[in-house]
Amino acid sequence: MHAVAADRVWKYFGDYPALRGASLEVEKGACLALLGRNGAGKTTLLRILANLSRPTKGAVTLLGISTHTEEARRRIGYLGHGIGVYDDLSAVENLILFGRLLGVENPAAVAARALDRVGLTRVKDGLAREFSRGMRQRLAVARAFLHEPELLLLDEPFTSLDDRAVAVLQTLLRDARSRGATIIMSTHQIREAMELASHVALLERGKIVFTGPQTTEMLLDPGWLYRTYGEPQA
Amino acid sequence: MREKLIYALGILGTLVMIYNLHTIFLDLPDEAMQGAVYRILFIHVPAVLNAFTFLTVALCTSVAFLSTKKFIYDSISVACIEVATAFMLVNLVTGSIWGRNQWGIWWTWDLRLTSMLICFLLYLGYLLMRPAIAEPTQRATMSAFIGIFAFADVPLVIMAIRLPNVRTQHPGPVLETGGMDPSFNAPFGLGMLALFLIGSALVLVRLHQETSRREIDSIRRELHAV
Amino acid sequence: MRSGLIAALAIARKDLRTEIRTKESLTASLSFSLVILVLFSFAFDLGREELYAISGGLLWLVYSFAGALIVNRSFARELPNDCLDVLVSSPAPGWSICLGKTVAAFLLLVTVELITLPFFGLFYNIAWWHSAGTLLLVILLATWGIAVIGVSFSAVTVNVRLRELMLPVLLYPILIPLLVGAIGITTALFSEDPQMLSANGISLQLLIVFDIMYTALSLYMIEFILIV
Repeated sequence: MHAVAADRVWKYFGDYPALRGASLEVEKGACLALLGRNGAGKTTLLRILANLSRPTKGAVTLLGISTHTEEARRRIGYLGHGIGVYDDLSAVENLILFGRLLGVENPAAVAARALDRVGLTRVKDGLAREFSRGMRQRLAVARAFLHEPELLLLDEPFTSLDDRAVAVLQTLLRDARSRGATIIMSTHQIREAMELASHVALLERGKIVFTGPQTTEMLLDPGWLYRTYGEPQA
Repeated sequence: MREKLIYALGILGTLVMIYNLHTIFLDLPDEAMQGAVYRILFIHVPAVLNAFTFLTVALCTSVAFLSTKKFIYDSISVACIEVATAFMLVNLVTGSIWGRNQWGIWWTWDLRLTSMLICFLLYLGYLLMRPAIAEPTQRATMSAFIGIFAFADVPLVIMAIRLPNVRTQHPGPVLETGGMDPSFNAPFGLGMLALFLIGSALVLVRLHQETSRREIDSIRRELHAV
Repeated sequence: MRSGLIAALAIARKDLRTEIRTKESLTASLSFSLVILVLFSFAFDLGREELYAISGGLLWLVYSFAGALIVNRSFARELPNDCLDVLVSSPAPGWSICLGKTVAAFLLLVTVELITLPFFGLFYNIAWWHSAGTLLLVILLATWGIAVIGVSFSAVTVNVRLRELMLPVLLYPILIPLLVGAIGITTALFSEDPQMLSANGISLQLLIVFDIMYTALSLYMIEFILIV
């Protein structure tokens, strides 16, 4: 059973197809770097996987079950473009809230542990609006990893992170991989992604044009993939 | 093919309307109590009945859109609601003219006028909201939602306006009680038919416009993406 | 189901907590109500009899203006930092998000209304406490209706241009049956006219029907709005 299976997914915005029959299968425990130019459909695909958007055609299953079920959503962690924390709640209040929404056993304890892992224990009672940018990013990462999800969906996670936040994220990702979680990461920052990724997929104008394990070639020359499989640039 | 249908409906509807108006103005005598102005009722009542017909169609297509996500249903919804709103406006204006003639005032807050005005405002809100949403799928989904809520409100509006604290001046329903002269039946029926044909033609025109607009929108997005 | 209710409660508490902390819509709503009350006193210079006749209408006009301000914030407060995405992608079902926010909006609006009521009684010399029990019932029923429609429409208009304008334009026509019913009973209660009261029994039924119907519609259909 695949961790993620997208079968010929189409997504129309009006009459414009952002995804044109994108098919993707990701094994459990893999770390997939989802590459693609701007407008290729990476965010659209991730949002469909995270149950934020319905596909117009096609089916998506996570861990064998439909994305629309509570069961599936309980096992996903999503980190999108926005940081997804409430400015007027403290760090610990934010995490306890999300803990309750995610149905974790002991929200307070889980929140405390998560804050510790991202290095925000000292400021746990500070309002999120008072945090520096890097601290807010780390809080966002804590939220996404709060319930130790089996599947992580990250949309350009390394964009605009400061060094400390990057380090925290990389540590958490490695820990997640070591406990067998599956990760799908869309990214522009090819280098950081390639360091962590076991598999690579290239999305071009709404279609998956390449998917496979990462090779040394890709690691040494990230642009190779675009040149080989991507459409020629105008 | 579609254009031919639109022309056919439009022309047929106009012809029926002209014939009907001819009958109403030249053949029917003045009414005993109301004088000449009663003739306006041959437009006034068919307008509201047709409005509700089109609103019911719009309700069905709104539900259909939410189930199937096919844009044709959204286009039919907005076309029907626009035409229905126009008919409701016709109903309000003709009613006002009739009221000015009969009761001496342009407006009064009686049962039916008030209900009609509220229904008109409900759907006017729908029409005002649509251009404010840029993305077509979102626009269609929100419109369907609002359309269903608005339709659900219509019976409540009618129930509310019947409450004891609202005065009633509007003449009672004539169709149900059978108080209408039999010679009125034909012009009335033809008035219904004429407005229905014209309304359908307008719906088809609007439908075509909506579909074209979506195509242009998608082509524009396609170009930007490349 | 149970986890949905826990999520709804968590969301309601979150909305209330942030509102109490920032007092954004509470202050705006309360100030606006008081200003309108004062403004109306200049608009109408009435003797006692006529004042009783419009008392219900006055009160519910003020309450509906206050209500629009409060429900407008409901989903708007999820926009910064894309918090709405996090709520929707969480296991919490759509209906629990809607229910939690409706409860929060309801409690906030009832608070504003109960604070405004004594001022209303003071400025217009109306002894509202004579039938406080029934009045409270009407306030609770009608406010739930405003909250449930307001919150769903807040979800609809959250991504719409001119949101602050569009929400009232959509909201008020739909609320008219509810407001007519509430106004009828309230005026009857203030006038203490037994004939009026018995005639308005049906208004209470209208409020209940309105609440049940639109609560069911909102909870059932909110998923279509949240996940497009």
